[in-house]
Amino acid sequence: MKLLTHNMLTSHVKGVTKGYPLLIKATEVKVNEVEFNPEFVSRMIPKLEWSALVQAAEGLGHLHELPAELTPDYEKNEEFLKKAHRVLLEVEVIEGCLQCPESGREFPISRGIPNMLLNEDEV
Amino acid sequence: MAAPSSRTCLQYLLHLAQDNLDFRLPSPFWCLDGLSEEDVRTVMARSVCAKSAFELWGHGRTHSELRTSLLKYPSENMTPFMQRDSTYRINVYTFNKTLEFADRIKRIDAMEYLPFEGTVSLKSPQHIFCLLEDYGTDPNNIPEHPSYVYFGRWIADGQRELIRSHSVKNRHFIGNTSMDAGLSFIMANHAKVKENDLVFDPFVGTGSLLVACSHFGAYVCGTDIDYNTIHGKGRSSRKNQKWRGPDENIRANLRQYGTQRSYLDVMVSDASKPVWRDTVLFDAIITDPPYGIRESTRRTGSHKDITKPPDDFCGESHVPVSMAYHLSDIFTDLLNFSAHHLVKGGRLVYWLPVYRPEYCEEMIPLHPSLRMISNCEQTLSSHTSRRLITMEKIKEPEESDALAHLSDPRFSPYQGHNAFREKYFSGLNKKLGKDDSMDKVNGEGQEG
Repeated sequence: MKLLTHNMLTSHVKGVTKGYPLLIKATEVKVNEVEFNPEFVSRMIPKLEWSALVQAAEGLGHLHELPAELTPDYEKNEEFLKKAHRVLLEVEVIEGCLQCPESGREFPISRGIPNMLLNEDEV
Repeated sequence: MAAPSSRTCLQYLLHLAQDNLDFRLPSPFWCLDGLSEEDVRTVMARSVCAKSAFELWGHGRTHSELRTSLLKYPSENMTPFMQRDSTYRINVYTFNKTLEFADRIKRIDAMEYLPFEGTVSLKSPQHIFCLLEDYGTDPNNIPEHPSYVYFGRWIADGQRELIRSHSVKNRHFIGNTSMDAGLSFIMANHAKVKENDLVFDPFVGTGSLLVACSHFGAYVCGTDIDYNTIHGKGRSSRKNQKWRGPDENIRANLRQYGTQRSYLDVMVSDASKPVWRDTVLFDAIITDPPYGIRESTRRTGSHKDITKPPDDFCGESHVPVSMAYHLSDIFTDLLNFSAHHLVKGGRLVYWLPVYRPEYCEEMIPLHPSLRMISNCEQTLSSHTSRRLITMEKIKEPEESDALAHLSDPRFSPYQGHNAFREKYFSGLNKKLGKDDSMDKVNGEGQEG
């Protein structure tokens, strides 16, 4: 699971109102090389909750000098975009789980794939 | 400087492939004007339905009319491509007829009234011209003479090669319901997928639609309720293979075509219970929801009429007890989800199964935030078809919209436990006799 995806996920456990962001408990993290595309990174930034991204990256120990606040004029700042690219697309949680911050319910991640299914009694 | 207006009044001819006939006008030849050459090239860079595009110089019902038409075509529009130091060749294309080599040559020679000054080069000419003859659409009744002839300068070919290069036959990872390459690209085109778009498929299966979207430079993600399919496990859909291999998953498919940078994530998730934060917006949502025939429709939750839990080859229960996901709910949820999670102007493209004897346009699901763009039928059998529905988000949804469909009679054809599935099988029963129909059900539910 990439941090770009994590930034867009929320807990949908019944009754939960503060299900974002999900806490990441990782037992295996990989950093893969992904082709850098500044236009795409730039397009995704407005869709993100920046503080949640920083928090998640820090929690994994993969902050990689990502600034705590968005740089103004980031679209043209290649240095910044490269750092964002690394954290958003290259860091991947392979094994672990996502935890709902309100209910504590855990969603397992295996082989890089989160399982977000709830049980019958949780829907 | 020559008057530009004469060039902007040019006509173009598209030669369309003879498949997916339900999706277009009957003739394979389509004359267009009001476009620029750049427009035509843009279209041809995406289309998998168009074989070739030409700058139309002349046309008529007979070769004599064609000649008249060509002699009227402004010579200043011809001469840039007829220069003495240039090379060219003339192709002859006959639709619905095979021509002997000698007859081809005769036709090419007959074009000598045009002011060709350059040299013929068959191998790599700078300019290619084409004489196209239309012999109608009845292969059992081929006329002596064409009903229509065209002559033009070749501009570009379409992307039909993608149908071969991305054929599901050669793909690493497939499933029972993997969408064929041609249709996947058509869907990506309907959704206007472009480079750097964010695209989502809520019933992703083996990712065929994502493969097509990644080809056009989009970044893709998907969810599916079936754990085994998402993880690339379980029984193979290939004839001579029992189990799937280790490199069979959606990511591997993108890697096969060199678009692995496009892969974001796939997740095991129930499309009826979306996992995205409210403000998440996709540029396009492209999907082929289950029809309840080859793959069962499922969702999590307990209910009186629980369907049999899927066989899980490793013995653990990855999927909570499922209940039938009524077809009408699938589309309600899909339209509602799209209204909330598409960018304004973004598109939803999906297949809607149809029981033909009862079909009417009013039964296509609607949503106040989405505008219907197109509705193209693909016939599956005498009594069933599916329709490729394209919708575009025109405004933000309001709270009241979510319940708007409940009073709408249009949803009744899909209500009731898998109503479409019942009609599909009852149709088969009538046709084949009850015993035979059980054989046709082979493979249903196999994917979980």
